[in-house]
Amino acid sequence: MALAKRIIPCLDVDRGRVVKGVNFVGIRDAGDPVEIARRYNEEGADEITFLDITASHEERDTTVQTVEQIAREVFIPLTVGGGIRALQDIRTMLNAGADKVSINTAAIHDPDLVSAAAARFGSQCIVVAIDVKRVSEPESLPRYELFTHGGRKPTGIEAVSWAKKMAALGAGELLLTSMDRDGTRDGFELTITREITDSVDIPVIASGGVGTLQHLADGVTQGGADAVLAASIFHFGEYTVREAKQFMASKGIPMRL
Amino acid sequence: MTQRVAVIDYGMGNLHSVASALEHAGALEVTVTHDHAAISKADRVVFPGVGGIRDCMDAIRGLGCDQLLEQAITVERKPVLAICVGMQSLMTTSEENGGVVCLNQVPGEVTFFGSPHRASDGARLKVPHMGWNQVVQKRAHPLWAGIESGTHFYFVHSYHVVPNDPDLVVGTFDYGLSGCAALARDNVFATQFHPEKSHQAGLTLLKNFLSWDGTC
Repeated sequence: MALAKRIIPCLDVDRGRVVKGVNFVGIRDAGDPVEIARRYNEEGADEITFLDITASHEERDTTVQTVEQIAREVFIPLTVGGGIRALQDIRTMLNAGADKVSINTAAIHDPDLVSAAAARFGSQCIVVAIDVKRVSEPESLPRYELFTHGGRKPTGIEAVSWAKKMAALGAGELLLTSMDRDGTRDGFELTITREITDSVDIPVIASGGVGTLQHLADGVTQGGADAVLAASIFHFGEYTVREAKQFMASKGIPMRL
Repeated sequence: MTQRVAVIDYGMGNLHSVASALEHAGALEVTVTHDHAAISKADRVVFPGVGGIRDCMDAIRGLGCDQLLEQAITVERKPVLAICVGMQSLMTTSEENGGVVCLNQVPGEVTFFGSPHRASDGARLKVPHMGWNQVVQKRAHPLWAGIESGTHFYFVHSYHVVPNDPDLVVGTFDYGLSGCAALARDNVFATQFHPEKSHQAGLTLLKNFLSWDGTC
Protein backbone atom coordinates (compact mmCIF):
# COMPACT_ATOMS: atom_id res chain seq x y z
CA MET A 1 0.00 0.00 0.00
CA ALA A 2 1.65 3.16 -1.13
CA LEU A 3 0.93 6.37 -2.91
CA ALA A 4 1.34 5.57 -6.60
CA LYS A 5 3.81 7.44 -8.79
CA ARG A 6 2.02 9.26 -11.56
CA ILE A 7 2.38 9.29 -15.33
CA ILE A 8 1.22 12.57 -16.81
CA PRO A 9 0.89 12.85 -20.57
CA CYS A 10 1.36 16.45 -21.63
CA LEU A 11 -0.48 18.19 -24.41
CA ASP A 12 1.44 21.14 -25.80
CA VAL A 13 -1.28 23.04 -27.59
CA ASP A 14 -0.79 25.70 -30.21
CA ARG A 15 -3.91 27.38 -31.57
CA GLY A 16 -6.11 24.44 -30.69
CA ARG A 17 -3.82 21.66 -31.94
CA VAL A 18 -1.49 19.37 -30.00
CA VAL A 19 2.06 19.90 -31.16
CA LYS A 20 5.48 18.83 -29.99
CA GLY A 21 8.82 20.01 -31.23
CA VAL A 22 12.47 19.33 -30.57
CA ASN A 23 13.71 21.94 -28.09
CA PHE A 24 10.48 23.81 -28.83
CA VAL A 25 11.45 24.30 -32.50
CA GLY A 26 10.47 22.15 -35.48
CA ILE A 27 6.92 21.61 -34.40
CA ARG A 28 5.00 18.44 -35.39
CA ASP A 29 1.22 18.26 -35.36
CA ALA A 30 -0.14 15.48 -33.14
CA GLY A 31 -3.85 16.13 -33.34
CA ASP A 32 -6.97 17.25 -31.56
CA PRO A 33 -6.45 17.85 -27.82
CA VAL A 34 -9.88 16.63 -26.75
CA GLU A 35 -9.52 13.37 -28.67
CA ILE A 36 -6.02 12.81 -27.35
CA ALA A 37 -7.02 13.60 -23.77
CA ARG A 38 -9.88 11.12 -24.06
CA ARG A 39 -7.50 8.42 -25.30
CA TYR A 40 -5.02 9.01 -22.47
CA ASN A 41 -7.85 8.94 -19.96
CA GLU A 42 -8.96 5.54 -21.30
CA GLU A 43 -5.38 4.24 -21.25
CA GLY A 44 -5.11 4.98 -17.54
CA ALA A 45 -3.24 8.28 -17.42
CA ASP A 46 -3.02 9.52 -13.83
CA GLU A 47 -3.44 13.18 -14.78
CA ILE A 48 -3.29 15.28 -17.90
CA THR A 49 -1.34 18.48 -18.34
CA PHE A 50 -2.37 20.96 -20.97
CA LEU A 51 0.21 23.60 -21.87
CA ASP A 52 -0.96 26.41 -24.08
CA ILE A 53 2.22 27.30 -25.93
CA THR A 54 0.75 30.10 -28.01
CA ALA A 55 -0.88 31.75 -25.06
CA SER A 56 -1.47 35.01 -26.82
CA HIS A 57 -4.50 36.80 -25.48
CA GLU A 58 -6.39 36.41 -28.77
CA GLU A 59 -6.16 32.63 -28.57
CA ARG A 60 -7.19 32.46 -24.94
CA ASP A 61 -10.85 31.76 -25.72
CA THR A 62 -9.94 28.70 -27.79
CA THR A 63 -7.96 27.36 -24.86
CA VAL A 64 -10.80 27.93 -22.41
CA GLN A 65 -13.22 26.09 -24.70
CA THR A 66 -10.82 23.18 -25.15
CA VAL A 67 -10.30 22.93 -21.39
CA GLU A 68 -14.07 22.94 -20.89
CA GLN A 69 -14.50 20.15 -23.42
CA ILE A 70 -11.77 18.02 -21.87
CA ALA A 71 -13.07 18.57 -18.33
CA ARG A 72 -16.56 17.46 -19.35
CA GLU A 73 -15.43 13.98 -20.25
CA VAL A 74 -12.12 13.30 -18.57
CA PHE A 75 -12.50 12.44 -14.89
CA ILE A 76 -8.90 12.62 -13.81
CA PRO A 77 -7.01 15.73 -12.67
CA LEU A 78 -6.30 18.30 -15.35
CA THR A 79 -3.55 20.91 -15.09
CA VAL A 80 -3.53 23.91 -17.40
CA GLY A 81 -0.52 26.11 -18.00
CA GLY A 82 0.71 28.73 -20.42
CA GLY A 83 -0.02 32.42 -20.18
CA ILE A 84 -1.21 32.36 -16.57
CA ARG A 85 -0.31 35.86 -15.42
CA ALA A 86 -2.89 36.98 -12.89
CA LEU A 87 -5.40 35.70 -10.36
CA GLN A 88 -8.13 36.28 -12.92
CA ASP A 89 -6.41 33.89 -15.39
CA ILE A 90 -6.35 31.24 -12.68
CA ARG A 91 -10.00 31.75 -11.89
CA THR A 92 -10.89 31.50 -15.59
CA MET A 93 -9.07 28.19 -15.97
CA LEU A 94 -10.44 26.69 -12.74
CA ASN A 95 -13.93 27.70 -13.79
CA ALA A 96 -13.35 26.11 -17.19
CA GLY A 97 -12.69 22.84 -15.38
CA ALA A 98 -8.96 22.79 -14.66
CA ASP A 99 -8.02 21.28 -11.30
CA LYS A 100 -4.64 22.95 -11.17
CA VAL A 101 -2.93 25.75 -13.00
CA SER A 102 0.73 25.93 -13.79
CA ILE A 103 2.43 29.29 -13.33
CA ASN A 104 5.74 29.83 -15.07
CA THR A 105 7.10 33.19 -16.23
CA ALA A 106 4.64 35.18 -14.14
CA ALA A 107 6.10 33.65 -10.97
CA ILE A 108 9.50 35.02 -11.97
CA HIS A 109 8.18 38.51 -12.64
CA ASP A 110 5.93 38.51 -9.60
CA PRO A 111 6.63 35.80 -6.99
CA ASP A 112 3.83 37.22 -4.85
CA LEU A 113 1.38 35.92 -7.44
CA VAL A 114 2.18 32.42 -6.15
CA SER A 115 1.39 33.27 -2.53
CA ALA A 116 -1.70 35.24 -3.50
CA ALA A 117 -2.93 32.38 -5.68
CA ALA A 118 -2.26 29.79 -2.99
CA ALA A 119 -4.09 31.89 -0.42
CA ARG A 120 -7.05 32.46 -2.71
CA PHE A 121 -7.44 29.09 -4.42
CA GLY A 122 -5.45 26.74 -2.18
CA SER A 123 -1.96 25.33 -2.66
CA GLN A 124 -3.43 22.12 -4.08
CA CYS A 125 -4.19 23.83 -7.37
CA ILE A 126 -1.03 25.91 -7.76
CA VAL A 127 1.76 24.28 -9.73
CA VAL A 128 4.90 26.29 -10.38
CA ALA A 129 6.68 25.37 -13.60
CA ILE A 130 10.44 25.70 -13.48
CA ASP A 131 12.32 25.61 -16.79
CA VAL A 132 16.02 25.12 -16.20
CA LYS A 133 19.26 24.86 -18.14
CA ARG A 134 22.65 23.80 -16.95
CA VAL A 135 24.88 26.87 -17.02
CA SER A 136 28.12 25.39 -15.64
CA GLU A 137 30.92 23.83 -17.68
CA PRO A 138 30.71 20.04 -18.12
CA GLU A 139 33.50 19.20 -15.64
CA SER A 140 32.63 21.80 -13.00
CA LEU A 141 30.12 21.66 -10.17
CA PRO A 142 26.67 21.62 -11.78
CA ARG A 143 24.69 24.82 -11.62
CA TYR A 144 21.25 25.22 -13.12
CA GLU A 145 19.39 28.43 -13.76
CA LEU A 146 15.88 29.36 -14.78
CA PHE A 147 15.21 30.26 -18.39
CA THR A 148 12.13 31.78 -19.96
CA HIS A 149 10.78 32.03 -23.50
CA GLY A 150 11.11 28.33 -24.27
CA GLY A 151 14.66 28.22 -22.96
CA ARG A 152 15.99 31.17 -24.90
CA LYS A 153 16.15 33.82 -22.20
CA PRO A 154 18.35 33.44 -19.11
CA THR A 155 17.16 34.91 -15.81
CA GLY A 156 20.24 34.37 -13.63
CA ILE A 157 18.03 32.73 -11.00
CA GLU A 158 19.52 29.59 -9.44
CA ALA A 159 17.14 26.63 -9.71
CA VAL A 160 17.29 24.95 -6.28
CA SER A 161 16.91 28.11 -4.23
CA TRP A 162 14.06 29.13 -6.52
CA ALA A 163 12.32 25.78 -5.98
CA LYS A 164 12.56 26.23 -2.20
CA LYS A 165 11.25 29.76 -2.46
CA MET A 166 8.25 28.66 -4.52
CA ALA A 167 7.45 25.90 -2.01
CA ALA A 168 7.69 28.42 0.83
CA LEU A 169 5.35 30.81 -0.99
CA GLY A 170 2.68 28.13 -1.18
CA ALA A 171 3.14 26.21 -4.42
CA GLY A 172 1.50 22.79 -4.09
CA GLU A 173 3.68 21.11 -6.68
CA LEU A 174 6.63 21.83 -8.96
CA LEU A 175 6.86 20.97 -12.64
CA LEU A 176 10.56 20.80 -13.43
CA THR A 177 11.55 20.86 -17.10
CA SER A 178 15.08 20.61 -18.37
CA MET A 179 15.25 22.82 -21.42
CA ASP A 180 18.51 21.10 -22.38
CA ARG A 181 16.66 17.82 -22.65
CA ASP A 182 13.19 18.87 -23.77
CA GLY A 183 12.40 17.20 -27.06
CA THR A 184 15.77 15.41 -27.28
CA ARG A 185 14.60 11.95 -26.13
CA ASP A 186 17.85 11.60 -24.14
CA GLY A 187 16.08 11.13 -20.80
CA PHE A 188 15.43 13.43 -17.86
CA GLU A 189 18.20 15.63 -16.48
CA LEU A 190 18.44 13.51 -13.34
CA THR A 191 21.00 15.57 -11.40
CA ILE A 192 18.82 18.64 -10.99
CA THR A 193 15.68 16.51 -10.60
CA ARG A 194 17.20 14.71 -7.62
CA GLU A 195 18.56 17.91 -6.14
CA ILE A 196 15.18 19.62 -6.23
CA THR A 197 13.11 16.64 -5.07
CA ASP A 198 15.45 16.35 -2.08
CA SER A 199 15.20 20.07 -1.32
CA VAL A 200 11.43 20.55 -1.08
CA ASP A 201 8.60 18.84 0.79
CA ILE A 202 6.07 19.26 -2.02
CA PRO A 203 5.70 16.82 -4.95
CA VAL A 204 7.90 17.30 -8.01
CA ILE A 205 7.01 16.34 -11.59
CA ALA A 206 10.00 15.54 -13.81
CA SER A 207 9.75 16.70 -17.40
CA GLY A 208 11.83 17.07 -20.53
CA GLY A 209 13.64 14.47 -22.58
CA VAL A 210 11.70 11.22 -22.29
CA GLY A 211 12.48 8.89 -25.21
CA THR A 212 12.08 5.45 -23.64
CA LEU A 213 10.10 3.77 -20.87
CA GLN A 214 13.33 3.31 -18.93
CA HIS A 215 13.66 7.11 -18.83
CA LEU A 216 10.29 7.33 -17.07
CA ALA A 217 11.39 4.78 -14.46
CA ASP A 218 14.73 6.58 -13.99
CA GLY A 219 12.90 9.82 -13.22
CA VAL A 220 11.37 8.14 -10.18
CA THR A 221 14.11 5.76 -9.05
CA GLN A 222 17.08 8.05 -9.70
CA GLY A 223 15.53 11.49 -9.92
CA GLY A 224 13.23 10.91 -6.95
CA ALA A 225 10.29 12.45 -8.82
CA ASP A 226 6.73 11.93 -7.61
CA ALA A 227 5.37 12.06 -11.13
CA VAL A 228 6.80 11.92 -14.64
CA LEU A 229 5.57 13.91 -17.59
CA ALA A 230 6.02 13.02 -21.23
CA ALA A 231 4.54 14.06 -24.53
CA SER A 232 5.91 12.74 -27.79
CA ILE A 233 6.42 9.10 -26.78
CA PHE A 234 2.66 8.90 -26.24
CA HIS A 235 1.41 11.22 -28.99
CA PHE A 236 2.85 9.33 -31.89
CA GLY A 237 1.76 5.93 -30.66
CA GLU A 238 5.17 4.51 -29.75
CA TYR A 239 3.92 3.53 -26.33
CA THR A 240 0.55 3.64 -24.66
CA VAL A 241 0.23 5.10 -21.19
CA ARG A 242 -0.78 1.64 -20.02
CA GLU A 243 2.43 0.08 -21.36
CA ALA A 244 4.43 2.78 -19.61
CA LYS A 245 2.67 2.12 -16.30
CA GLN A 246 3.13 -1.63 -16.60
CA PHE A 247 6.82 -1.13 -17.35
CA MET A 248 7.30 1.09 -14.31
CA ALA A 249 5.41 -1.37 -12.10
CA SER A 250 7.69 -4.15 -13.36
CA LYS A 251 10.60 -2.10 -12.00
CA GLY A 252 9.05 -2.16 -8.54
CA ILE A 253 7.57 1.34 -8.70
CA PRO A 254 4.13 1.65 -7.05
CA MET A 255 1.67 2.41 -9.85
CA ARG A 256 -2.09 2.51 -10.29
CA LEU A 257 -2.72 -0.20 -12.88
CA MET B 1 -35.66 6.62 -7.70
CA THR B 2 -35.36 10.17 -8.91
CA GLN B 3 -31.90 11.52 -9.16
CA ARG B 4 -32.10 15.26 -8.71
CA VAL B 5 -28.84 16.26 -7.13
CA ALA B 6 -27.95 19.58 -5.58
CA VAL B 7 -24.25 20.41 -5.42
CA ILE B 8 -23.81 23.02 -2.72
CA ASP B 9 -21.97 26.01 -4.15
CA TYR B 10 -20.43 28.32 -1.59
CA GLY B 11 -18.20 30.07 -4.09
CA MET B 12 -14.94 28.33 -3.31
CA GLY B 13 -13.96 27.12 -6.72
CA ASN B 14 -14.74 24.94 -9.64
CA LEU B 15 -17.72 22.67 -9.10
CA HIS B 16 -18.22 21.84 -12.75
CA SER B 17 -16.14 18.70 -12.52
CA VAL B 18 -18.28 17.42 -9.66
CA ALA B 19 -21.43 18.28 -11.61
CA SER B 20 -20.28 16.74 -14.87
CA ALA B 21 -19.05 13.58 -13.13
CA LEU B 22 -22.48 13.22 -11.48
CA GLU B 23 -24.15 13.65 -14.88
CA HIS B 24 -21.78 11.12 -16.38
CA ALA B 25 -22.68 8.74 -13.54
CA GLY B 26 -26.35 9.03 -14.45
CA ALA B 27 -27.83 11.94 -12.50
CA LEU B 28 -30.89 13.28 -14.31
CA GLU B 29 -30.61 16.80 -13.02
CA VAL B 30 -27.67 18.41 -11.29
CA THR B 31 -28.04 21.87 -9.81
CA VAL B 32 -25.02 23.78 -8.56
CA THR B 33 -26.50 26.18 -6.05
CA HIS B 34 -26.74 27.64 -2.57
CA ASP B 35 -30.41 28.44 -3.00
CA HIS B 36 -32.33 26.97 -0.08
CA ALA B 37 -35.43 26.13 -2.12
CA ALA B 38 -33.42 24.35 -4.82
CA ILE B 39 -31.54 22.28 -2.27
CA SER B 40 -34.72 21.48 -0.44
CA LYS B 41 -36.24 20.13 -3.69
CA ALA B 42 -33.27 17.90 -4.46
CA ASP B 43 -33.32 14.19 -3.67
CA ARG B 44 -29.71 14.13 -2.62
CA VAL B 45 -26.99 16.61 -1.77
CA VAL B 46 -23.30 16.79 -2.61
CA PHE B 47 -21.11 18.98 -0.41
CA PRO B 48 -17.77 19.54 -2.15
CA GLY B 49 -14.95 21.83 -1.16
CA VAL B 50 -11.52 23.05 -2.13
CA GLY B 51 -9.16 25.60 -0.67
CA GLY B 52 -8.38 26.71 2.84
CA ILE B 53 -10.78 25.76 5.63
CA ARG B 54 -11.12 29.25 7.08
CA ASP B 55 -12.33 30.77 3.81
CA CYS B 56 -14.56 27.76 3.27
CA MET B 57 -16.17 28.02 6.70
CA ASP B 58 -16.64 31.78 6.31
CA ALA B 59 -18.34 31.23 2.96
CA ILE B 60 -20.44 28.33 4.25
CA ARG B 61 -21.73 30.37 7.20
CA GLY B 62 -22.02 33.57 5.18
CA LEU B 63 -24.37 31.89 2.72
CA GLY B 64 -26.28 29.93 5.33
CA CYS B 65 -25.01 26.64 3.94
CA ASP B 66 -24.47 25.40 7.49
CA GLN B 67 -28.23 25.51 8.05
CA LEU B 68 -28.87 23.92 4.67
CA LEU B 69 -26.67 21.01 5.58
CA GLU B 70 -28.18 20.66 9.00
CA GLN B 71 -31.60 20.58 7.35
CA ALA B 72 -30.55 18.02 4.71
CA ILE B 73 -28.68 15.78 7.12
CA THR B 74 -30.76 15.72 10.28
CA VAL B 75 -34.24 16.92 9.32
CA GLU B 76 -34.87 15.78 5.74
CA ARG B 77 -32.41 12.92 6.12
CA LYS B 78 -31.37 12.97 2.49
CA PRO B 79 -28.36 11.08 1.23
CA VAL B 80 -25.44 13.50 1.56
CA LEU B 81 -22.01 13.05 0.00
CA ALA B 82 -19.25 15.32 1.36
CA ILE B 83 -15.98 15.53 -0.56
CA CYS B 84 -12.50 16.59 0.62
CA VAL B 85 -12.79 19.97 2.37
CA GLY B 86 -16.54 19.31 2.45
CA MET B 87 -15.77 16.27 4.59
CA GLN B 88 -13.36 18.25 6.75
CA SER B 89 -15.99 20.97 7.28
CA LEU B 90 -18.30 18.41 8.88
CA MET B 91 -15.89 17.85 11.75
CA THR B 92 -15.67 19.81 15.03
CA THR B 93 -12.45 21.75 14.49
CA SER B 94 -9.54 21.94 12.07
CA GLU B 95 -5.90 22.72 12.79
CA GLU B 96 -5.60 24.50 9.45
CA ASN B 97 -5.23 28.31 9.32
CA GLY B 98 -4.31 28.43 13.01
CA GLY B 99 -7.43 26.60 14.17
CA VAL B 100 -10.95 26.86 12.77
CA VAL B 101 -14.27 25.86 14.29
CA CYS B 102 -16.20 23.68 11.86
CA LEU B 103 -19.76 22.35 11.69
CA ASN B 104 -19.53 19.58 14.29
CA GLN B 105 -21.87 17.38 12.29
CA VAL B 106 -19.38 14.58 12.87
CA PRO B 107 -17.48 15.03 16.15
CA GLY B 108 -13.74 14.88 15.56
CA GLU B 109 -10.67 16.80 14.48
CA VAL B 110 -8.93 17.70 11.25
CA THR B 111 -5.17 17.42 11.76
CA PHE B 112 -2.02 18.22 9.78
CA PHE B 113 0.18 15.44 8.40
CA GLY B 114 3.22 17.11 9.90
CA SER B 115 6.34 18.63 8.38
CA PRO B 116 8.47 16.76 7.77
CA HIS B 117 6.07 13.87 7.47
CA ARG B 118 7.73 10.47 7.53
CA ALA B 119 6.86 6.89 6.70
CA SER B 120 7.38 4.19 9.33
CA ASP B 121 10.75 3.35 7.71
CA GLY B 122 11.86 6.97 8.10
CA ALA B 123 11.42 7.88 4.42
CA ARG B 124 10.32 11.46 3.89
CA LEU B 125 6.78 11.82 2.55
CA LYS B 126 5.69 14.82 0.53
CA VAL B 127 2.87 17.02 1.80
CA PRO B 128 0.30 17.57 0.31
CA HIS B 129 -0.61 13.91 0.00
CA MET B 130 -1.20 14.26 -3.72
CA GLY B 131 -1.99 11.51 -6.16
CA TRP B 132 -3.53 8.06 -6.34
CA ASN B 133 -3.56 6.01 -3.19
CA GLN B 134 -5.25 2.76 -2.31
CA VAL B 135 -8.38 2.80 -0.19
CA VAL B 136 -8.84 -0.19 2.08
CA GLN B 137 -12.47 -0.76 2.91
CA LYS B 138 -13.02 -1.20 6.63
CA ARG B 139 -16.58 -2.33 6.31
CA ALA B 140 -19.22 -2.93 3.70
CA HIS B 141 -21.27 0.03 2.55
CA PRO B 142 -23.67 0.50 -0.39
CA LEU B 143 -21.30 3.12 -1.85
CA TRP B 144 -18.53 0.52 -2.13
CA ALA B 145 -20.66 -1.69 -4.40
CA GLY B 146 -18.62 -2.93 -7.35
CA ILE B 147 -15.41 -1.36 -5.99
CA GLU B 148 -12.73 -3.66 -4.65
CA SER B 149 -10.93 -2.92 -1.42
CA GLY B 150 -7.48 -1.57 -2.32
CA THR B 151 -8.69 0.39 -5.36
CA HIS B 152 -6.82 3.63 -6.06
CA PHE B 153 -8.56 6.98 -5.62
CA TYR B 154 -7.22 10.49 -6.22
CA PHE B 155 -6.26 12.48 -3.13
CA VAL B 156 -4.95 15.98 -2.68
CA HIS B 157 -4.81 17.29 0.89
CA SER B 158 -2.45 18.30 3.69
CA TYR B 159 -4.91 17.75 6.55
CA HIS B 160 -6.89 14.63 7.37
CA VAL B 161 -9.90 13.87 9.54
CA VAL B 162 -9.89 11.89 12.76
CA PRO B 163 -13.47 11.21 13.88
CA ASN B 164 -13.97 10.66 17.61
CA ASP B 165 -15.85 7.48 16.84
CA PRO B 166 -13.41 5.22 14.95
CA ASP B 167 -16.28 2.98 13.89
CA LEU B 168 -17.42 5.67 11.45
CA VAL B 169 -14.33 5.05 9.30
CA VAL B 170 -15.34 2.94 6.29
CA GLY B 171 -12.11 3.30 4.31
CA THR B 172 -8.48 4.07 5.09
CA PHE B 173 -5.38 5.17 3.20
CA ASP B 174 -1.79 4.51 4.19
CA TYR B 175 0.52 7.54 4.11
CA GLY B 176 2.87 7.45 7.05
CA LEU B 177 -0.23 6.78 9.12
CA SER B 178 -3.51 5.04 8.60
CA GLY B 179 -5.79 7.92 7.63
CA CYS B 180 -9.52 8.19 7.18
CA ALA B 181 -10.24 8.00 3.44
CA ALA B 182 -14.01 7.73 3.90
CA LEU B 183 -16.48 7.82 6.74
CA ALA B 184 -20.14 7.00 6.92
CA ARG B 185 -22.91 7.65 9.41
CA ASP B 186 -26.55 7.04 8.59
CA ASN B 187 -27.38 9.16 5.53
CA VAL B 188 -23.94 10.82 5.33
CA PHE B 189 -20.99 9.49 3.34
CA ALA B 190 -17.82 11.54 3.21
CA THR B 191 -14.61 11.04 1.27
CA GLN B 192 -11.21 12.64 1.64
CA PHE B 193 -10.43 11.60 -1.94
CA HIS B 194 -12.07 13.11 -5.00
CA PRO B 195 -14.46 10.62 -6.63
CA GLU B 196 -15.02 13.12 -9.46
CA LYS B 197 -11.32 12.87 -10.30
CA SER B 198 -10.88 9.16 -9.66
CA HIS B 199 -11.71 7.85 -13.11
CA GLN B 200 -13.78 4.65 -13.26
CA ALA B 201 -13.70 3.88 -9.53
CA GLY B 202 -14.88 7.39 -8.73
CA LEU B 203 -17.69 7.26 -11.26
CA THR B 204 -18.80 3.92 -9.80
CA LEU B 205 -18.92 5.46 -6.32
CA LEU B 206 -20.98 8.40 -7.63
CA LYS B 207 -23.32 6.01 -9.41
CA ASN B 208 -23.74 4.12 -6.14
CA PHE B 209 -24.48 7.39 -4.37
CA LEU B 210 -27.21 8.17 -6.92
CA SER B 211 -29.06 4.96 -6.12
CA TRP B 212 -28.35 4.95 -2.38
CA ASP B 213 -31.37 5.19 -0.08
CA GLY B 214 -29.32 6.76 2.71
CA THR B 215 -29.12 3.74 4.98
CA CYS B 216 -26.04 1.74 5.87
